[in-house]
Amino acid sequence: MLPFLARRIGSLALSLIAASIVIFLVIEVVPGDPASFMLGLNAAPDTVAALRDSLGLDAPAFVRYWEWITGMFRGEFGTSYTYKVPVGNLIADRVWVSLPLTIYALTLSTLIAFPVGVLAAARRNSPTDVSIMGVTQLGIAVPNFWFAMLLQLVFAGILRWFSAGGFPGWDAGFWAGMKAMTLPAVALALPQASILARVMRSSLLDTLGEDFIRTARAKGLSRRQALWRHAIRNALIPVLTIIGLQFSFLLAGAIIIERIFYFPGMGSLIFQAITQRDLIVVKSAVMLLVFAVILVTFLVDVTYAIADPRLRRARS
Amino acid sequence: MSLLEIEKLNLSIYGLPILRDVSLFLEAGKVLGIVGESGSGKSMTAMSVMQLLPGGSEWSGHIRLDGRSLNECSEKEMCRIRGNDIGMVFQEPMTALNPVQTIGDQVAETILIHTGTSRRDAMAIAREALNRVGLPEDRFPLDRYPHNLSGGQRQRVVIAMAIALKPRLLIADEPTTALDVTTQAQILTLLKRLVEEDDMGLVLITHDLAVVADMADEIAIMKDGEVVEQGKTVPLFRRMSHPYTKALFEASGHVPERKTHEIDAAKPPVVQVDDVIRDYALPRTSLFSAPGRFRAVDNVSLKIARGENVGLVGESGCGKSTLTRAILALDSIQGGEIRLNGDLFSSSGGGPNIKSRRQVQVVFQDPYSSFNPRHRVDRLITEPFHLLDNPPTGAERRERIVSALTDVGLRASDADKYIHEFSGGQRQRIAIARALIIEPSLIVLDEAVSALDVSIRAQILDLLADLSDRLAVSYLFISHDLSVVRAITDRVMVMKAGRIVEEGPTEDVFLNPQHAYTKELLAATPILDAALSAREAREHRNSER
Repeated sequence: MLPFLARRIGSLALSLIAASIVIFLVIEVVPGDPASFMLGLNAAPDTVAALRDSLGLDAPAFVRYWEWITGMFRGEFGTSYTYKVPVGNLIADRVWVSLPLTIYALTLSTLIAFPVGVLAAARRNSPTDVSIMGVTQLGIAVPNFWFAMLLQLVFAGILRWFSAGGFPGWDAGFWAGMKAMTLPAVALALPQASILARVMRSSLLDTLGEDFIRTARAKGLSRRQALWRHAIRNALIPVLTIIGLQFSFLLAGAIIIERIFYFPGMGSLIFQAITQRDLIVVKSAVMLLVFAVILVTFLVDVTYAIADPRLRRARS
Repeated sequence: MSLLEIEKLNLSIYGLPILRDVSLFLEAGKVLGIVGESGSGKSMTAMSVMQLLPGGSEWSGHIRLDGRSLNECSEKEMCRIRGNDIGMVFQEPMTALNPVQTIGDQVAETILIHTGTSRRDAMAIAREALNRVGLPEDRFPLDRYPHNLSGGQRQRVVIAMAIALKPRLLIADEPTTALDVTTQAQILTLLKRLVEEDDMGLVLITHDLAVVADMADEIAIMKDGEVVEQGKTVPLFRRMSHPYTKALFEASGHVPERKTHEIDAAKPPVVQVDDVIRDYALPRTSLFSAPGRFRAVDNVSLKIARGENVGLVGESGCGKSTLTRAILALDSIQGGEIRLNGDLFSSSGGGPNIKSRRQVQVVFQDPYSSFNPRHRVDRLITEPFHLLDNPPTGAERRERIVSALTDVGLRASDADKYIHEFSGGQRQRIAIARALIIEPSLIVLDEAVSALDVSIRAQILDLLADLSDRLAVSYLFISHDLSVVRAITDRVMVMKAGRIVEEGPTEDVFLNPQHAYTKELLAATPILDAALSAREAREHRNSER
């Protein structure tokens, strides 16, 4: 297991370096130079020159790349051009909203999907299975913003259990923060849970058809015992893959939900930064997301290896 | 009272009759062989005893184990009987074990769910069971995973699971079909020993008459869900009162009639392989070390003359499939060269010469997975036409399709059908038609009859012999089944660990093997007549005593 981890960490570092170079180059090759791009077509030449100077664009590319990377290690991400505040603070505020929201939604989706998927597979073709398949089909088909509005209407509008939007900040206390996150997390989780439950069901059904399940039954295990002891762990690999993908998607892809609930998340930040051509924010925020995605991929790989011993000696 | 009594067992699945009036009896300490071709209902008979039938099954009749009627057992009671009173071993050892659990856990599970013992004691019993099946502790600790074991070793683990609690009855469903002959011999010996030691009854299901003649005290021959003949082994084979038994017997030892092929020494050989080396890169052990190499084919040279049928035999992992892929230029080679009819086809560093490719075609083992199910037969068999400079079109194309199909014993109208409309044997005929259609000088037959039932196999062998006589096409016939190779080839090569260790005229090699490995292979191959004679002598001795 240790050599496996060492190999995976090595490839994690290499991926990060490659990603940072790609992000840097993409920002470099925008038409003209970053300064004139950020200021737009009608900018006065001396304004552009001043921005060039403050961005340090006159230095050679590899020097600027190095400055950027080492700056990130020191926690210096530069100053946002539009917000006029350090990018580090800006991103940190948003991450402390988006990351808990993502984890909350993903936990909910997993907690819903697992039992539902297992139940559907265990009672294949029964009325239970058919209804679960129908409901999850609906869950995938209906967009999450519609769920969001429905939740707002019912739980904030009619029942008044939750507020309809806004985030009080963690300073207001952990439970207040969690409460504010509940409706957006549920709205995000429902479609994901539908996907995950269906993946769980089909993966489990595939596994239940395997020869070793028949062997287990021949040993005297009941259908239920064979399912829990032999099928679930073998069925996990595709499920873990989907969970990994969902994490990456939720972290920055929750922008519509963030808008509906007036949530200051990463999605909104990046969207604003792009529309306002604030490349300094875009560069660092995207790098952070890439880092998160690569880290999650790494964690998923490690859980693969825990779930399946055959993968522990796989090539890096 | 017999150990196992099956009386008038009828089974239907979703209304489709599968078994009809099957009655079988087995005494403790005896072996009952159930023989039949695929679809004869032999596995379903076993699954009925286990009460592990697929959905939609309805059965009637009586199944009694040690006098206890299984008809009256609830599913819960059956769970207590399975693994405890009845053990079962399956055909495919590669998939019969849970890949994410250690072998110790899997064997111990049988013990844990049936007895109240502690996990520690269960592990100790599991250890003992693994020792008994020939997996000693020093080489096979309990924390091994199945993927660390070979097919034969995995089958031993499955057997250990089945016998851990010393069941009264062991059911083995084609336990050695997926294994090499030497491994098969070891597993059969092991089963025989366990039956004697524990006084178990063994139901041995197989399609291989030679195996069953060696192992079984009594035999039941099944066809289309019915037992057509049953009785003590020797008299049954000597008498063979039912025509199907006779047909099965003849098909299993079938030798097609073949002309002797004149070899024209003046012409260049159809294929000439010189000092071919095929290396595989192994996974890197660390990021910076060079990857290791595994030499799958090690300096192999061979020649096949025009019209000559050459066999290549060896056990799994010996490199025969790798050599085949190299000859077909599907893989690049790392040393040596391959010539087809004198022209360079591929060499180390030189890719395949596309112009030569039309001279060699291949038929693979599995007739079910080697066709694209979305294409009609005419499109499937004309695929090699892309190798020609001027592929035939219109009426000529149609003519070639018809002649290829009739050559292999199919009808012209079959060209418009899809592959799922054909049986396994017919599909293999289509595969041969696909190989024949561009008139190659060499057809590589990679285990081409191994997946077929004996009666179908006999027909395909006849077809191959006939085509070889008529069209003077050469075969490279690759198989692990020595009797088939003996029936169809002029010359045979024996391969082991990437090298050809012996070669010569087929009959010479079979009658007078020189290399120790060839002798070992031949000794391990079950032969029906020899097995019967040995059984007869044994029974004679016992009756005199």
